[in-house]
Amino acid sequence: MLIQMQGINKSFGPVKVLEGVDFALERGEIHALMGENGAGKSTLMKILTGIYPSDAGRIHVDGREVAIHSPKEAEALGIAIIHQELNLIRELSVMDNLFLGREKTRCGWLKSGEMRALCREYLALLGISNIDPDQEAGSLSIGQQQMVEIAKALSLNAQVLIMDEPTAALSNREIEVLFKLMQDLKARGVGIVYVSHRMEEIFQVCDRISVLRDGQFVGTRVIKETRFDEIVKMMVGREIGDRYPKRSSTLGPVRFKVENLADDHTISGINFEIRQGEVLGVAGLMGAGRSEIAHSLFGLSAKSAGQIWLDGAPIHCKSAIEAIEHGIGYVTEDRKSQGLVLGLSVKENISLTNAPSKMGIIDHDAESNNVSEMIRKLSIRTRDADLEVKSLSGGNQQKVVFAKWLGIHPKVLFLDEPTRGVDVGGKAEIYHIINELAASGVAILMISSELPEVLAMSDRILVMHQGQSAGIFDAKTATQESIMHAATGGQ
Amino acid sequence: MNTSQKATLQKLGPLLALLLISGVLSVMSRDFLTVNNLLNVLRQVSINALIAFGMTFVILLGGIDLSVGAVLALSSVAIASMMAAGVDPVLATLFGVLAGAALGAVNGIIISRGKVAPFIATLGTMTVFRGLALVASDGRPITGFNSDFFTMLGAGYIGNLIPVPVITTMIAFVALWFILKKTVFGRHVYAVGGNEEASLISGVKVNRVKLWVYTLSGGLSALAGVILTSRLNSAQPNAGMGYELDAIAAVVLGGTSLSGGRGWIVGTLIGAVLIGVLNNGLNLLSVSSFYQQVIKGSVILLAVLLDRSAKK
Repeated sequence: MLIQMQGINKSFGPVKVLEGVDFALERGEIHALMGENGAGKSTLMKILTGIYPSDAGRIHVDGREVAIHSPKEAEALGIAIIHQELNLIRELSVMDNLFLGREKTRCGWLKSGEMRALCREYLALLGISNIDPDQEAGSLSIGQQQMVEIAKALSLNAQVLIMDEPTAALSNREIEVLFKLMQDLKARGVGIVYVSHRMEEIFQVCDRISVLRDGQFVGTRVIKETRFDEIVKMMVGREIGDRYPKRSSTLGPVRFKVENLADDHTISGINFEIRQGEVLGVAGLMGAGRSEIAHSLFGLSAKSAGQIWLDGAPIHCKSAIEAIEHGIGYVTEDRKSQGLVLGLSVKENISLTNAPSKMGIIDHDAESNNVSEMIRKLSIRTRDADLEVKSLSGGNQQKVVFAKWLGIHPKVLFLDEPTRGVDVGGKAEIYHIINELAASGVAILMISSELPEVLAMSDRILVMHQGQSAGIFDAKTATQESIMHAATGGQ
Repeated sequence: MNTSQKATLQKLGPLLALLLISGVLSVMSRDFLTVNNLLNVLRQVSINALIAFGMTFVILLGGIDLSVGAVLALSSVAIASMMAAGVDPVLATLFGVLAGAALGAVNGIIISRGKVAPFIATLGTMTVFRGLALVASDGRPITGFNSDFFTMLGAGYIGNLIPVPVITTMIAFVALWFILKKTVFGRHVYAVGGNEEASLISGVKVNRVKLWVYTLSGGLSALAGVILTSRLNSAQPNAGMGYELDAIAAVVLGGTSLSGGRGWIVGTLIGAVLIGVLNNGLNLLSVSSFYQQVIKGSVILLAVLLDRSAKK
């Protein structure tokens, strides 16, 4: 047994993130770690790599009990992690990144020649000798950057490699290269923890799978002896059917229409229309240009071509202010950096789009009334509207973002990953909110990476591939496979 | 202790420090705790307080304004030149304050439209404005204006007791407190300082907020310049050097976060008074001016360190 974690507990404040979690990794196996967002996967891995201390529990490496206090100590034990958001410094060369923090030196002078040779060796080992050690890391493709990270892990002599959603940003060919590499590493006795949402991949490359749900360990299965349905059931704890509340909305006339939309870099030739009460899902791989659609429509990035109609009348939105004036709202992908002002209160965040005021002076009574109305309507769980919004859970923070946009009485609402980082219960509540909005006639554009969510919540689905539309599918007849097929460029 | 109690205690920190230092000084010097001395302290504080009020808005926004001292000098020179040339003192004063606001607006435009980092932008304009003050005055103090109105602004007393600058400062304080606390503009200052991108996406007119905040800072610096020029009865092109640092110190002592989005103007007032009391007390105790600097700097560091450890 390479790694054994037993009875791991972890809380952040009053929130229990992990409760008595066990996890074991063998030498030379690829072990999938699965669970919904917020199930505790990344927290568990952060404990293993010394980023967080655990509150209770024991970790054995090679049968020896260890305490891991820092990423440095994890490294020394041969545990390396490749994060979803890559950690290379874009401005430094591949070689400098590889040896960052442990440069080969003589009396303080860098031994560049030796490092360059070593770097070449590692890159060759991975079959990527086409990457030049002196190339700037930022000039590499995402797939190549990932390979460099793996090379770095190898150079650390890692015995345990944790990969967090490694294929999210990769093309099909890059994924194949990666999988082959993983098999090579496995043959060399490296244990790989594979964190991913992509069931197909897991069934393709992994040996075993462990499932977490709401911070608890559900079980471990051998891939060959289990089925897709069983894993899903382990993850959600019930049949998939009731995860998504049913909606019964009648579609009205076309509310929002986009023709030939393009921006300067990513997207081009996008056409779609959304009717009143309709949810148009947007699916695609990372980098396919899904968020760019919302950005350019909302005036956050310049659009180079395209016409927009709202309720039949052409509109132009060159800035967020204009979009809002037209009744368009945007629940952004990244709640913390774009959705909320974390240091302000729940109340101040909710009324950021529309504080009631006379001559610039805020009407505090009206504001408090509006806000308590919203808190009640969306059942936002906060002790007090004056509490800082950052003290709320992810799901409740997201509901604050929704409340902010409900305040403008939107006609059109863009949702970008509306349930990211929200736990299962919170998700269901957000789905209810989305359904209610649609039922009231709002046209909704919902971008999501979670295919089951897109399939269940949308009426139709726009699939993006490399900045262009790969087709609009009817959600009733589409399947995860047909969407994925289109998203990866299959015809 | 829950978080809101902790937050209240933290807000009270600067006030406790002020009371503590005042207590020590009143024991050590008999002259400290007299009505005349305290009003004298407040009068001396008023210049730094006015500048620091503007700086509070700027820092809440996540910015910095290094040009306040130069704005003070340039608008002082402008006012003095006008009065020396026979312009009506009321008009000249009004015009000078507006000129300061315009200089602030220049900062605001460079920062909001030109997307220049506030530190760099105001470092540049600081040098330009100071240079212009020297050019306009030919490097010499401007004197020779006699106006009862203008002298009253810096050196007058209400009811033979309360200095006029103290009244001016208190009026400005109340107005600015109201703006921060009660208006949409004030709310937006906090929002932009807390998260500019989220504010922009929520439809906050970020550039306009920035423009007005730097304009306000310029106007308040010019107002401080009026008081200084009136007291000295001359406009110095070299006036106000280093005032930006005193203002920043007052803001930080008052508990406003340099990273923006968090703070309050009441704290700034307390911070400014704290610095004033320290100056006054050390003078009364005839501490050498060299040591005064060492002590002042140490107190600022100590206060900020305590603030840091309280936040953990």
